[in-house]
Amino acid sequence: MPTNVPANVPASPEPLLSVRQLSRRFGGLTAVDAIDLQVAPGELVSVIGPNGAGKTTLFNLISGLDAADAGQVQFAGRDVTDAGAETVAALGLARTFQHGRVFANLSVLDNVLVGAHSRLRAVRPRAPALLSALAELALALWRPATVRHEEATLRDDALAIVAMFGDRLTPRLEHPAHSLSYANRRRVEIARALALKPQLLLLDEPTAGMNESETTEMLAIIRTLKERGQTILLIEHKLELVMQLSDRVLVMDNGRRIAEGRPESVRNDPAVIEAYLGHSGVGRTNVGAPVALAA
Amino acid sequence: MNSFVDHTVNGLIVGNIYALLAVGLALIFGVSNLINFAHGSVYTVGAFIGWYAITRLQAPLWLTILLVIAGCALLGMAIERIGLRPLAGKARIAPLLATIGISFVLDQVVQLIVGPDPRALPGPLPNWRLQLGGGTIGALDLLIAGIGVVSAAVLYGFLRFTRLGWAVRATAQDRDAAQQMGVNIHAVNQSVFAIASALGGLSGLLVGMYYNNISPAMSFQATLKGVVAVVIGGVGNVPGAIAGSLLLGLTESYGVALFGTPYRNLFAFLLLIAILVWRPNGLFGGTKKLPPEPLTGTFIAPSRPIRLPTWAWAALVGVLIVLPLVVHAPYLLQTLTNAWLYALLALSLTLVAGTVGQISLGHAGLLAIGAYASALLALDGHLPVPLAIVLAGLVTAGLGTLLVYPAFRLRGHYVSIATLSIGEIVALAILNWESLTHGPIGIAGIPPVQFSNRLIDAGPGFYWLTLAAVVALALLQNRLLGTHLGRSFRAVRDDDVAARAHGLSPNRYKALAFGFGGFAVGIAGALTAHLYSYINHETFTSQISILALTIVILGGMGNVAGAVIGAVALIGLPELFRITAEYRMLIYGAALLLLVRFRPQGLLGTH
Repeated sequence: MPTNVPANVPASPEPLLSVRQLSRRFGGLTAVDAIDLQVAPGELVSVIGPNGAGKTTLFNLISGLDAADAGQVQFAGRDVTDAGAETVAALGLARTFQHGRVFANLSVLDNVLVGAHSRLRAVRPRAPALLSALAELALALWRPATVRHEEATLRDDALAIVAMFGDRLTPRLEHPAHSLSYANRRRVEIARALALKPQLLLLDEPTAGMNESETTEMLAIIRTLKERGQTILLIEHKLELVMQLSDRVLVMDNGRRIAEGRPESVRNDPAVIEAYLGHSGVGRTNVGAPVALAA
Repeated sequence: MNSFVDHTVNGLIVGNIYALLAVGLALIFGVSNLINFAHGSVYTVGAFIGWYAITRLQAPLWLTILLVIAGCALLGMAIERIGLRPLAGKARIAPLLATIGISFVLDQVVQLIVGPDPRALPGPLPNWRLQLGGGTIGALDLLIAGIGVVSAAVLYGFLRFTRLGWAVRATAQDRDAAQQMGVNIHAVNQSVFAIASALGGLSGLLVGMYYNNISPAMSFQATLKGVVAVVIGGVGNVPGAIAGSLLLGLTESYGVALFGTPYRNLFAFLLLIAILVWRPNGLFGGTKKLPPEPLTGTFIAPSRPIRLPTWAWAALVGVLIVLPLVVHAPYLLQTLTNAWLYALLALSLTLVAGTVGQISLGHAGLLAIGAYASALLALDGHLPVPLAIVLAGLVTAGLGTLLVYPAFRLRGHYVSIATLSIGEIVALAILNWESLTHGPIGIAGIPPVQFSNRLIDAGPGFYWLTLAAVVALALLQNRLLGTHLGRSFRAVRDDDVAARAHGLSPNRYKALAFGFGGFAVGIAGALTAHLYSYINHETFTSQISILALTIVILGGMGNVAGAVIGAVALIGLPELFRITAEYRMLIYGAALLLLVRFRPQGLLGTH
């Protein structure tokens, strides 16, 4: 509402992502229940909450892989509520997946190169679908200089991205992704998402299954991305990492937003503590409750 | 009105027979997530056990039924042991391919034992008919209805009241949980295969008695009908399968009454495609949710492709080019020419099934489109043959892609079922669209290939022509795979959800693969038509589709060189060893079975 902004304060930048009253129901279960969320350019916002809180469903709705029952999603100034994942990706949104979805039979390098797909122009001329598809086929067979040049540029980009992960991936460029360790597959996914040069990066539990030193390494990488100005929406269970990185934290439980704010304020919010520790009053001073019986 | 009652009774009886087939398929899918393509073969075996018992042993009906049940139950247990159990943990499509192999083997064994000709199966039943309303019901109708009801009741009792039945239901709901609770999955699978096969065999016996006609060739249609009924009811849903069967029986019966017998199967397959597209979970299933985990519907065994150096390929092609000049062996040339035609087909299928992961079982339909397009363009359109062939390639690319397009939203097994029925629909359209295709008479007098005044008929000329087509298309396909487009194809195959999340539209790449591949098949079909000079709706059978898939798996899925080498191995070698046709199909079935089990990556490795 620009009308409400006092004239002497610079207008806050238009949010890159704006989610309003977003809901998704599966049968009787409301997995995402009227969630509001805004992410400004350059921000790192974390979504936390117990298992089954609806975080991944929220990601699926934002990235266009699932369709909302109610509410709205705006991204990069466009209403993408009903847009498919392909469209959202083309607008500059990249994501990783909770359980890892690398292209198993493609090499590490090819995985990263596929990530850049929506940025390609020379191989995929803009035209109505059928013409564009036929032109894409013809250009792949003909391979004019523009296509070869784009491929070479892309390759350099991909190598630079892979280099961010130190020597974790570089020696394995030509290895098929299925032969990698679990942690390395997560890294490939992040590299693949970065190849899209996303305006907004959605990371779904990037450190799942990683040990302590690997987690520290991942934290450094995410911090580097943030310092470069990358806007990030992060789902993470390791609260230490969340507290260190986030500008803001959204806490979900049973599909609903139960708290939102700066990390330190969220951390001490009683509703959050209850959600994490359980609903039966554990951790509360519960006068008259059968706590004493435990003794 | 009389005829309406008759058609209804007929529809319900035929539906009842389909139900015996479909219930077994649904049970098997329920516990083991497998569409058992050998089910129709069990049905045929059941019919022939019945024939043997009735005509040779002079057995009474009750003993015949018992023998059929026992024999087919044992066969079903063997199928589980060979086709399913060793493939646990492999790609989900693997057991499906294995059961296709088993069905080839079983059909050919039956044919070798009893001969290929149809024979009568006289039912030992009194020949009275009961007047009912405006129609009549015979003793056999009542027997079929009775067996249907009794089987359903026994099955219900088994699933509901026995420990094994509970285990079956538990396994169907959650296989892993059942296993952890101590359910012996193998025992469950084996008993389900036994029950399903007993019912399937019984169905074969009843059909044989109903039409008084059985033949080893009836398996494939039976499998298809059972699959159609199961898909209508919702795969894995036993009551749904019964309802779907009755619906299919009635649809066919009324359809035949209105439009005539040739349309019977067309209705079945159009119904199937409509259900797959609009209600993939069947009429009685729920709506689909987003698949939570990557699907392993593709049949790509991780492997490193074996690469030969370029000079070796150049040398090999050089040898093949000069071959007709140095050796005078017309039979060898003819065999290799045939292999090159299959190589074109395999190039297409290895792109579609290997590189993009859409296991198509309907490629023979594309072959037929190419053949008919070229023949008609040359004969009725008076175009020069070389031009007709190229245009036929383009027509096949366009029409084939358009026909398969509705199936692009499907995954795994459903793609195979849909493409299989699209292949059948093409054959039936050719049979029934007489004004264009000349119907069952076929097209005769197709002119041979001719460049200006130079006639290229069978012999070295045609050998070089087909070889040139193979080399050119293989090089183009290889070039394609080395680009970003090739990378996109493989990304769509490996994980279509992740592909979409990175801006790739799976339908676009599936369409491009079918289009490019369709061109190669169209050329192959066209060349075949001009070589044979006569084609009809039976020239390109669904066996060719399966053979093409076996070639592709033998060479290594997605592997361009593998497709060509696979074609030479499977087409050329049996020919050179002069193996007769029946044994050849046996070898193809066994080859498919062994490959899926022991060398899924093929000879040259997947790409």
